[in-house]
Amino acid sequence: MTLNRRTFLQSTAATLAFPVAARHAFAADPIKIAGILDQSGGLDIYGQPMLACLELAVDDLNAAGGLLGRPVQLVKYDPQSNVQYYTQFATEAAVKEKVAAVFGNTTSAAREAMRPLLRRYQTPYFSPALYEGGVCDRNAFLTGSTPAQTIERLMPYALQHSGKKVYVIAADYNYGQISADWIKKYTRSSGGEVIATEFFPLDVTDFGTTIKKIQAAKPDLVVTVLVGGNHMSFYRQWAAAGMLGKIPMASTCFGVGNEHKVLRPAECEGILTAYGYMQELKTPENADFLNRLSAKFGDKTPYVNEMAAATWYAAMHWANGVKAAKTTDRMAVIKALEAGSVVNGPGGKSTLDAATHHCRMDVHLGQVKGGAFDVIQSFPQQPPSDTAAVCDLIKRPNENRQYVITAN
Amino acid sequence: MMTTSTKWPCVAAIGVGLAAALLVPQMAETHTLLNATIYTSLAIYALSMALIWGYGGILCFGQAAFFGLGAYAYAVAGINFGDSTFALPAAVLVPALFAAVLGYFVFYGRLTDVYFSVITLTVTLILYKLANSTAGEAYRIGEARLGGFNGMPDTPPLNLPFDPAQPLTPAQGFAVTIAALVACYVLCKWILSTPYGRAIVAVRENEVRAELLGHDARFIKLTVFVIGAAIAGLSGMLFATSVFVSPTVFSLANAAQVLIWVVVGGIGTLVGPILACGLLQALSAYLGKIGFIDPAVMLGLVLIGSVLLAPKGLLPMACGGFTQAKRRLRNARSAGLERSHAS
Amino acid sequence: MELLALTLLQVLNSIAGLALVSFGLAVIFGMMRVINLAHGEFIMLGGFATVFAHGMGVNIWIAMLVISPLAVGALGLVVERLIIRHLYGRMIDTMLATWGLSLLLIGLATTFFGNRVMGVSAPLGSFALGAYSVSWYEQVILIIVCLLYAAGYALLRFTRWGLMARATMQLPEMAASLGVARTRVFATTFTVGAALSGLAGGLLAPLAGVVPTMGAAYVAKAFITVITGGASVVVGSGISATLLSVVGTGATYLANPVIGDVALLAAAIVLLRLLPTGITGRIFKGYP
Repeated sequence: MTLNRRTFLQSTAATLAFPVAARHAFAADPIKIAGILDQSGGLDIYGQPMLACLELAVDDLNAAGGLLGRPVQLVKYDPQSNVQYYTQFATEAAVKEKVAAVFGNTTSAAREAMRPLLRRYQTPYFSPALYEGGVCDRNAFLTGSTPAQTIERLMPYALQHSGKKVYVIAADYNYGQISADWIKKYTRSSGGEVIATEFFPLDVTDFGTTIKKIQAAKPDLVVTVLVGGNHMSFYRQWAAAGMLGKIPMASTCFGVGNEHKVLRPAECEGILTAYGYMQELKTPENADFLNRLSAKFGDKTPYVNEMAAATWYAAMHWANGVKAAKTTDRMAVIKALEAGSVVNGPGGKSTLDAATHHCRMDVHLGQVKGGAFDVIQSFPQQPPSDTAAVCDLIKRPNENRQYVITAN
Repeated sequence: MMTTSTKWPCVAAIGVGLAAALLVPQMAETHTLLNATIYTSLAIYALSMALIWGYGGILCFGQAAFFGLGAYAYAVAGINFGDSTFALPAAVLVPALFAAVLGYFVFYGRLTDVYFSVITLTVTLILYKLANSTAGEAYRIGEARLGGFNGMPDTPPLNLPFDPAQPLTPAQGFAVTIAALVACYVLCKWILSTPYGRAIVAVRENEVRAELLGHDARFIKLTVFVIGAAIAGLSGMLFATSVFVSPTVFSLANAAQVLIWVVVGGIGTLVGPILACGLLQALSAYLGKIGFIDPAVMLGLVLIGSVLLAPKGLLPMACGGFTQAKRRLRNARSAGLERSHAS
Repeated sequence: MELLALTLLQVLNSIAGLALVSFGLAVIFGMMRVINLAHGEFIMLGGFATVFAHGMGVNIWIAMLVISPLAVGALGLVVERLIIRHLYGRMIDTMLATWGLSLLLIGLATTFFGNRVMGVSAPLGSFALGAYSVSWYEQVILIIVCLLYAAGYALLRFTRWGLMARATMQLPEMAASLGVARTRVFATTFTVGAALSGLAGGLLAPLAGVVPTMGAAYVAKAFITVITGGASVVVGSGISATLLSVVGTGATYLANPVIGDVALLAAAIVLLRLLPTGITGRIFKGYP
């Protein structure tokens, strides 16, 4: 056979194609998913427990035989609390690794940086972080709580046990602004009144003036929506001024950054919160979940808050979709999830809502006691009514934006 | 009028740029291409600082202000006009205008040295704080929501001129960014080769003497400052289309890193900071990925080492070493020839 | 009436806070014309020193007032010998080198201490001002700052050592030819400045969270306060801290903290435009 160009190309092509053909013959090659969660930089206190729960979820799935007879493999990325790396890693995961799904973000900025990219590259995206609500994107699924789910239960209880006049201090960005709006709405519907709202950029550490202003205003309840290490100083300065216990306090996000572990009880006793999960919940599912977690991580077991648990829920919902669709193909999984997905887990039941791609979840009311949450009351299956008011993916499946929800 | 020392670097730059624009998209995967686009846009930022500090002697601690204004102006104009073609002038003009006002304020007030640096630092801090506080629904310019801490949602990507329905592909985006870098480089080289350019350097060397020779130092510094701001604004726009527009463009870290690139790359060269930018960015990303050393430790050591050991920058030191080696070789050869003649 | 007293107290506390974090930088800049951009990290290390010392059982006051200054002062001496010594007279180069040092310190602190925000509880309690509750600890800081500034002024004005220091600051060559060891004066000054920054960090630890990146919140304001103050160490930064804090706190009360910060920064710009060499470049010139 004379070696001319055509035969050379043909045989080369055949040789190159062989490994691919061979790979299809082995059905046990893994299904890859990506976890993009901060393990370093200032946001690692959120990201580390979330990644731990994602790893536990992958273990749980593989222990049950994997998905479609194939093991699940987690590809990890650490964006170092830098939004720039989120976009780079999302692109890498979708285009280079061609993962079946991407899990992660800690802040809303990171989510909004990744979401359009993952939609463009057609990779399903699961965001577990609690946030301000409003994301309407058929390619995205959100398993974290939104203000309507938690604040709707927090405010009536808090007002019942304090009084009618509320002073709100919030972090000055989308989450803080929108949550403050919802606090106002539910305060009014409970017969109360927000007498003042103040916003603080995330790098403010000096709250002296504010504390004196609050005292001058004499509210019955102070509600905080403070985020990050700098804002923790507020609780210290509040206690230093002798105000702890003098005016009751509630918060929509205290504890998500393990604030109740870092601060002394003398600095945060009695703060009321509401989340889709608290580690102190006394249910058999939670006990089993925590056992599996400590079996896996030993003395490096992190404290689990809602964002971490929601990451586990996200993986389980995705697995439901794959099992129902019998493939990892994107549109099939999305449609299967929209047909209905229920996960029973450590925080209760989580039901995926087709119209919003958010989850109906059990919400628990808790109070800080001795550095842990004392669970007071649980409310089953709170709907994501804030997002539902603006987003309907059944009627308008091509929506792709985050609505800024105004509470009225 | 182009002297040889200007012509050849420009030709080389155009050549390298063309080659990169054509070859890199073929060889690299998409995410590497996107990374390269980001690094190139930051290289333009480094170039702007190299011009105003290296050649103009203006140590601006707040160049990030113009970078950020370019990014935000592009995003706002792009969202309002719906077409990135009209947003490009905005990205260049808004920072230039801001620099003109600020420059007038400081240069005509005869502020120098560290006091000037403080004011520029303060300005970028003010912009950072203001941008961070725009989270409410009320903060919008036309149709564009400013978004506060989370950054501007829906930053539009670049599209083909006058054709909003066609966004640029990653390869096209990379080509455009490289073209912008080459164009800015050629522009700077050309400016520096004119009499005006020599006046800029004269003002840097000795302001009083330059004034005695009839140049208006304040006006010269102002114009250099404005040109540098325009280039920084352009780089901000390109960065915005590749990554994201958020208040971090105004941050202290962003203002610091461009200084580090110029110090490491060499004060007084244009190419040095560009190379230093790419090198240090890649090094930071690599270190962050392997997680062994904190990137800040590496950056800090590099900066301290550069200032102590190579105050003129690493590139000039390397080039100086090269010419020294050449000279030594030549001397050795001629000495050898003499010896052979003598014997 | 009580509200007025409360507001006045808040203004005084703000002034004290800004004066405290600026003092170390003012000493180093005023005496040596060195811009130490690692100042924020000295504060941070002072905070960590207090947190760790207290965690090991040391009395909180000793941790704050003794251990933090000593620890950070020692670090300052090392930094001066290794880095700053080579860069005297080169103001821009010292800015860059200390910026590099700041990155290095942040990176090392993150590597060794992690990213968790730590802290200690504020000692003492609160007292009642009419119907309002005020922290004792903040007032103690106010008293300490006043004492510090008074001591600094007295030291520079009335002691022989202060005389030598001021002479070296004004005309190093002349002072050297009169027998004053310049290198020793500079080394001592940098060490003292670093120790003061450490003290500031220690005192702030109960009120702010201690985390490797906390320095960034202070260095910009301290830098701006010191430059606006001009060359005089005590008088300059004292006056500028007062002016800037009054503007900032007033704006915060009237509007919100963002406007307060912006007003403070804008006031600094205006002051610099009017007095390009700082306040004490023109007014109170020559005072220590």
